[in-house]
Amino acid sequence: MKDDVVFRALADASRRKLLDRLHARNGQTLGALCRGLKMTRQAVAKHLAVLTRANLVSWRREGREKLHFINPMPINEIAERWINKFEQSRLSALSALKTHLEGEDDRGAKTRKSIRVRQLHSDHS
Amino acid sequence: MAPKPASRFVYVSYIRTTPERLWSALTSAEFTRQYWLGVTVDADWKVGGSWRLTYPDGRTTDTGEITEFEPLKHLAIRWRHELRPELKAEGWSLCTMDLEPSGDAVKLTVTHTIEREDSKFIVAVSGGWPQILSNLKSFLETGAAVLQPRTA
Repeated sequence: MKDDVVFRALADASRRKLLDRLHARNGQTLGALCRGLKMTRQAVAKHLAVLTRANLVSWRREGREKLHFINPMPINEIAERWINKFEQSRLSALSALKTHLEGEDDRGAKTRKSIRVRQLHSDHS
Repeated sequence: MAPKPASRFVYVSYIRTTPERLWSALTSAEFTRQYWLGVTVDADWKVGGSWRLTYPDGRTTDTGEITEFEPLKHLAIRWRHELRPELKAEGWSLCTMDLEPSGDAVKLTVTHTIEREDSKFIVAVSGGWPQILSNLKSFLETGAAVLQPRTA
């Protein structure tokens, strides 16, 4: 049931883009998130509301600003439930190979990959 | 006035348990050992009390001080990593934990902030927190942690 809400929230390219932007820079205002996007402010606000309902985004007020943060918990739960079970190590090796063979076409993808790899190897603190 | 640039993560998890059980899972060394990926939290649980994370072999990975302590509701820890020099060099971070009843669950919000841009420390903890919190969730909801302690 809860998975459905998360998968539905993720099943939209604009919302995934907003998550990517928060991943690259966490804690942004609505205005900052709108910058450079072809969506209206209202559309971005609506997408953020869907992401917030799915617990993929949280927000906090800081002074006069409302800052949005990515919440990795639901994605982590999906990964554990739906990906780790199906041998994540082999899949991530394959997806790294695919990325390598296809070439990096944007810096974002490269950063995400290196962060993922670092997370897998990093000592927790 | 523009806010100081800071690196921060916010984790929100809904855990089907009571504030009492969640609070004791967060503040008891015996509980933490079972879900904190092999690390034990030892602290003097009061404002101004010392706080530390230790590996089973006795090495201290992180130290700190409890700066806010409201049982069943709110906890703030001034927190510094000790083992990796480049992370220790970044200095003190602040970790807060807030508990809020929500239906038959408790909403747990963990924030971790350091007052510097592009913090390596925050990137490092962002690899650990989701696993620790999802372990905590399964520990409280099913009685067993899913992920085993990581080997170094």
